[in-house]
Amino acid sequence: MKKRRSPWAPLYLTLVLILMYLPIVVVVLYSFNANTSRFPTAFTGFSLTHYQALLRDTRGLLDALWNSLILAACSCGISMVIGTLGAIGMAGRRFRGQGAIETMALLPIMVPEIILGMAFLAVFTAVGLRFGMLTLVLAHVTFCTPYIFIVVKGRLAGMDASLAEASRDLGASAARTFFEITLPLILPGVLSGVMLAFAMSLDDFVISFFVTGATTTTLPLKIYSSVRTGVSLQVNALCSLMLAFVAIVMALKQLVVDRHRG
Amino acid sequence: MQENENRTEPRGERRRGASSALLSTPMIVWTLLFVGATIVYIVALSFLKRSPDGFGVLPEFTLENYAKLFNANYARVFWNTIVLGLETTALCVLIGYPFGYFMGRATKRWRTVLMLLVIVPFWTNALIRVYGWRILLVGNGPINQALMALGLIERPLQLLNTRGAVLLGMVYALLPFMILPTYTSVEKMDWSLVDAGRDMGARPWKVFLTVTLPLTAPGLLTGCVLVFVPSLALFFMSDLLGGPSDLLIGNLVQDQLFTSRDWPFAAALSVLLLLITCLIMFIYRRLGGKATDMSVF
Repeated sequence: MKKRRSPWAPLYLTLVLILMYLPIVVVVLYSFNANTSRFPTAFTGFSLTHYQALLRDTRGLLDALWNSLILAACSCGISMVIGTLGAIGMAGRRFRGQGAIETMALLPIMVPEIILGMAFLAVFTAVGLRFGMLTLVLAHVTFCTPYIFIVVKGRLAGMDASLAEASRDLGASAARTFFEITLPLILPGVLSGVMLAFAMSLDDFVISFFVTGATTTTLPLKIYSSVRTGVSLQVNALCSLMLAFVAIVMALKQLVVDRHRG
Repeated sequence: MQENENRTEPRGERRRGASSALLSTPMIVWTLLFVGATIVYIVALSFLKRSPDGFGVLPEFTLENYAKLFNANYARVFWNTIVLGLETTALCVLIGYPFGYFMGRATKRWRTVLMLLVIVPFWTNALIRVYGWRILLVGNGPINQALMALGLIERPLQLLNTRGAVLLGMVYALLPFMILPTYTSVEKMDWSLVDAGRDMGARPWKVFLTVTLPLTAPGLLTGCVLVFVPSLALFFMSDLLGGPSDLLIGNLVQDQLFTSRDWPFAAALSVLLLLITCLIMFIYRRLGGKATDMSVF
């Protein structure tokens, strides 16, 4: 089939992509801004001063990043176990009320985040939990699990169920079948689910805003408060570094994939 | 166990299925506790009286939290939020649909590159991207300076802290949620139908309206839900880009929780948001949308 190509397509795609990247480019550019005032809106010259200040962590940004990474790692670890087991247990139709449970399990990623944030604030207060890392992890696990659940469930649906059955029929135990047949088959799904959940946890602002304590701050919360109260361009410096890191990881991944394909 | 006897499958098989269903126990317990019970709690809270000192609630049933929603000020915030959400969705369709369409028509190599380009911004924090817009829009920022240098304006325009800026931020943040489902449905489409239409002599726009659009409608529908629903709650957009009159439901909830300390009313607002979301999901399902399509990444 001969594809008809519109001459407008590349132009349009480029234009939208430029708009998409414009604010990001500006953030990176301003990380090299010599301006050190409280509301640095003008570009006054090139300098690395914000990177140096960032490394000394004068604004507690690295501390917040560290908290965010710990939070994401804990939440994803717990969600990975709960969500993967959940997806295996709920593959196909297994028990009465399963549909209702699945709908309820997906609610956290379907409804506007503020509902969950508000509700957790109220419930955790009523139960008397101390707000901090614990409440953050509980909340994050709740919205990370559905992402992993969906991805793994999709992977299981595409899997040949007779493989696990054959293993059982040949006398392997349920545990052995799980570790030697099911797990290797769904592992790519588990990993991509975990990556997605990790990104969502790292990026979450709305829910964290409601369930954080006075002393625990995550990176998005830190960015929010510093944008409101007068920005330090250290925020730009940190985000530029993170972006560079992601770009390098993506490029490496692409290289590996290309090599595999020959 | 009684049930097992009635089934035609061999007992061993059934038991095997039941034991692996047990694996989902942690997820079921977590869901019932942190989603089910939590929602029940805020629904209950929304029917309780606020204690006079503002710290806590009285165990008295009342409907006044819901009656308060009809207060003109609150109703206006609700209306603003819905209108802004609809405008955001419309703009995302106008910008995102052609993007997803062209992306789905690109060669395989370009599709991978474009996909990557659409997703990478997601790896920077949403707040940082909003902050990037703040730098661009501010009075003596790059956009105003460029316009003045070009001689198009004499004095800087008020771009930041306007309703337009909030709309821009929303469209910008939610656009990928329109692009990705559209792209998926265009990519899956059977193009021989379009060719057939063209071969029969139909004009391109007619083929588009009668073949392409209906076939990609599921992606478009999913995109609309994925854009509209979150738009209802992005309160930081109006905080960071809007002016004082650009309040959204989200800001109202935040204000009721932390400033006015009227938790039952905040709960009533959340319940209302929840009902709106459920209504949208219900319509989405009735129109043939699938829940699994909602995860676009």
